Amino acid sequence: MAKTESTFRNMVLSLTLISLGAATCLGFVYEFTKKPIELSNLNKKLDAIKLVVPEFTNNPNSEMFKLSTGEGDSLEIYPAKKGDVVVGYAVNTYSKKGFAGKITLMAGFKPDGTILNIKVLEQKETPGLGTKMTEPAFKDQFTDKDPAQFNLKVKKDGGSVDAITAATISSRAFCDAVQRAYRTLQKGGLK
Amino acid sequence: MNQMQNFTKGFIRENPILVLILGTCPTLATTSSSLNGMGMGIATTFVLVGSNVVVSLLSNVIPDKVRIPAFIVIIASFVTIVDLLMQAYVPGLYVKLGIFIPLIVVNCIVLGRAEAFASKNSVFSSLIDGLGMGLGFTMALGVLGAIREIIGSGAIFGYKFIKGDGILVFILAPGAFIALGYLIALINRIKRN
Repeated sequence: MAKTESTFRNMVLSLTLISLGAATCLGFVYEFTKKPIELSNLNKKLDAIKLVVPEFTNNPNSEMFKLSTGEGDSLEIYPAKKGDVVVGYAVNTYSKKGFAGKITLMAGFKPDGTILNIKVLEQKETPGLGTKMTEPAFKDQFTDKDPAQFNLKVKKDGGSVDAITAATISSRAFCDAVQRAYRTLQKGGLK
Repeated sequence: MNQMQNFTKGFIRENPILVLILGTCPTLATTSSSLNGMGMGIATTFVLVGSNVVVSLLSNVIPDKVRIPAFIVIIASFVTIVDLLMQAYVPGLYVKLGIFIPLIVVNCIVLGRAEAFASKNSVFSSLIDGLGMGLGFTMALGVLGAIREIIGSGAIFGYKFIKGDGILVFILAPGAFIALGYLIALINRIKRN
């Protein structure tokens, strides 16, 4: 087959057809992957919730509600219930004070406000330094602490948290996020 | 050139990263561990094979003057497909590679092979070329990632073999440049003999 000439008509026609074909393919792939993507996002969320609160029997995702932080936005709160008794709250919280952008955490609290466990959902901190916030050595120091007595600030700032070596900013951001979750729960009268 | 040579040229002789020095941006950014590098390499291989085949199929239909936009549309479609598939089936890796998956669109290896090879050769040779180049890219990324992971965090494929940290700079961007530089020097040395 001879090469198509670069006339105006041919150029418009070929580009239109190629784009049309590409769009059709993408439409199909999108439809095909829509369900699995939703499912994997939901599972990610549920896994995180399971990690930070005690065993529950309800579906925290469908009982999710939002509480205002008092800073013009709101956090998602996932109540974990066993039967009808609330055993904990998983709070999807964030901090914008990270070393490299926003970090988001799932923080679990007992109904009395004690921190249960924390899982880092998203962070772009420096690999090998700030990323250590995802490791037990750092985040487990929050477990079973009551923020009313346990000052959620790094020791450098007069708080009670041991910062990660060479990653004070990331540690501060982590504390900031947990503090935000606690404050929001307190404001909502859930603590 | 027979198909075997066509396939193997991507590994050493015309390795996209180590010899052609193409696509260094994702190379430096995603090789902080061996698995990340290889994941990126496999995603790129898929795009490369797909776009090479489609470009060589359509090479006679596409008028010369609009070939670059046409190639980009084709490449971008494949990248979006990879993006969606990874999001659906390997969410863990997808989160780690993040922005670099969409950025395969502007990876010069993909456009370079479409322009330099696929638009002038048969469908089958283009497929082999895409596969060889892609695997060469994957191999280079895997090796670079392994070097950085071993020196930088004292681990390989995520398994730690030392206590504590390695030489942290190798996990960061400067370490990527240093490791890549030595790797290129080594390949040059091998090629000369």
